[in-house]
Amino acid sequence: MNKRPKPRHALSTRLWHWINAAALVVLFMSGLGISNAHRYLYWGNYGFDPADAWLSVIRFPAWATLPQRYNLAEARDWHSTGAWVFALALLGMWIAMLINRHFSRDIAAPLQKWSPASLLSEVRDHLKGRFSPDEAGAKYNTLQKLTYGVVLGVLLPLMILTGLAISPGIEPAAPWVVDALGGRQSARSIHFLCSWALFVFFVVHIVMVLLSGPINQTWSMIAGGKAPDANEPTGTAQ
Amino acid sequence: MTKIARRSLIACLAALGTGACSKIDGFASNETGSSLFDTAENWHRAVHRALAGRERLAPEYAPEDRSPAFKGNGSLTVDSDIYRDQLSRGFPDWRLSVRGLVDRPMRLSLSELEALPQRTQITRHDCVEGWSAIGEWTGPQLSTLLDAAKIRPEAKFIVFRCADVLYGRPYYESVDLVDAYHPQTIIAHQLNGDPIPEKNGAPLRMRIERQLGYKHAKYLTAIEAVASLDDIGDGKGGFWEDIGDYQWYAGI
Repeated sequence: MNKRPKPRHALSTRLWHWINAAALVVLFMSGLGISNAHRYLYWGNYGFDPADAWLSVIRFPAWATLPQRYNLAEARDWHSTGAWVFALALLGMWIAMLINRHFSRDIAAPLQKWSPASLLSEVRDHLKGRFSPDEAGAKYNTLQKLTYGVVLGVLLPLMILTGLAISPGIEPAAPWVVDALGGRQSARSIHFLCSWALFVFFVVHIVMVLLSGPINQTWSMIAGGKAPDANEPTGTAQ
Repeated sequence: MTKIARRSLIACLAALGTGACSKIDGFASNETGSSLFDTAENWHRAVHRALAGRERLAPEYAPEDRSPAFKGNGSLTVDSDIYRDQLSRGFPDWRLSVRGLVDRPMRLSLSELEALPQRTQITRHDCVEGWSAIGEWTGPQLSTLLDAAKIRPEAKFIVFRCADVLYGRPYYESVDLVDAYHPQTIIAHQLNGDPIPEKNGAPLRMRIERQLGYKHAKYLTAIEAVASLDDIGDGKGGFWEDIGDYQWYAGI
């Protein structure tokens, strides 16, 4: 029998984490480059007049874009190549999460934890610098579960869906995607908003890793780490 | 220990970052980079074609869904006296050639094009820059002309020749036969019930509804059936493809 302890992070989780991180950096930076081509966002199906825009986006500086100068064609190449890696990896991660029960065991939170009082007390704990799992043997606390659930279940799939909706070659096959999102320009606006929501997640994620033992956290996302023990009291370093 | 590890990690990341940044700008032009990008583009096209087939239509809208105006972009006119003269007189002498790998080359006037069976469609125009406009286009289907000209079996692409010149080069575009024979691929002579305005490509403009705006060649003068795109322009299949490495398949 295999006596090796179960790792904290499954191999599929670790592989996906780093592939996804690399893909998101490429997609975000090339996306900023694409945004520079027409810096106005609209709702509905059409939109071309800056006077009708609900948002005038800033011109993103060259250091923030991919490539590191204005080149729409090349930014689009990076974007549509990175999209394959991102979408296939997310599909693989979802299949793995459902098979190895990472989702039901570690991310889905029991209903009583969703109560405002329970969430509020976790927020207070976070402000005091206590980020312990919500029960013995759990990997994450409820705020983490909620965040990972929203990122994996809402934001990342929405990036793919809105990206597909913007493609004129996909629309003839699946016009309902564009309709459901409220039109092509709405899909483009939602694509932009979700990408910045992911950027906010990225910043918070990095801050939380820095506050909770960055070397240990990063290494366990590479090598696997040690799974929490149900018999150990919560609040120990992970 | 921790401090050293952290410092070396940061140094490592920084080295990786600067190394990557200096390489990024050359990536698209080196062989690995451009073949990777081409592969991704081909996969997108293959998936789009598999999902939508040859016939699935781009969405068509109701008259009230049209945008109040239709933005002009790229070439906004043709800078020649002949064009200005023709524009002022309703293009009486404008001719559209159908040539190349066809058995019956043709030269058609605007009234001859208008006498063919017409298709009217209200579609959305998506520019590569990101904006969209909706307008009603009328004209004969390209398939009608290709059938009338008896396109030869060795023809694989249709090239669109244009009167406008940008950065010293004549504009042109091309599509494969799937898009050439798509029911919504028309040679438009009307936008929103009127002759096409100058900025939108008067008197003739291609509509390639399942792809981005730069495929929709304006100021159209000729339709040419060819077996290969290699000897046309710089061989990449279009004006923007040649000068800026834009994607030949613009369905993304």
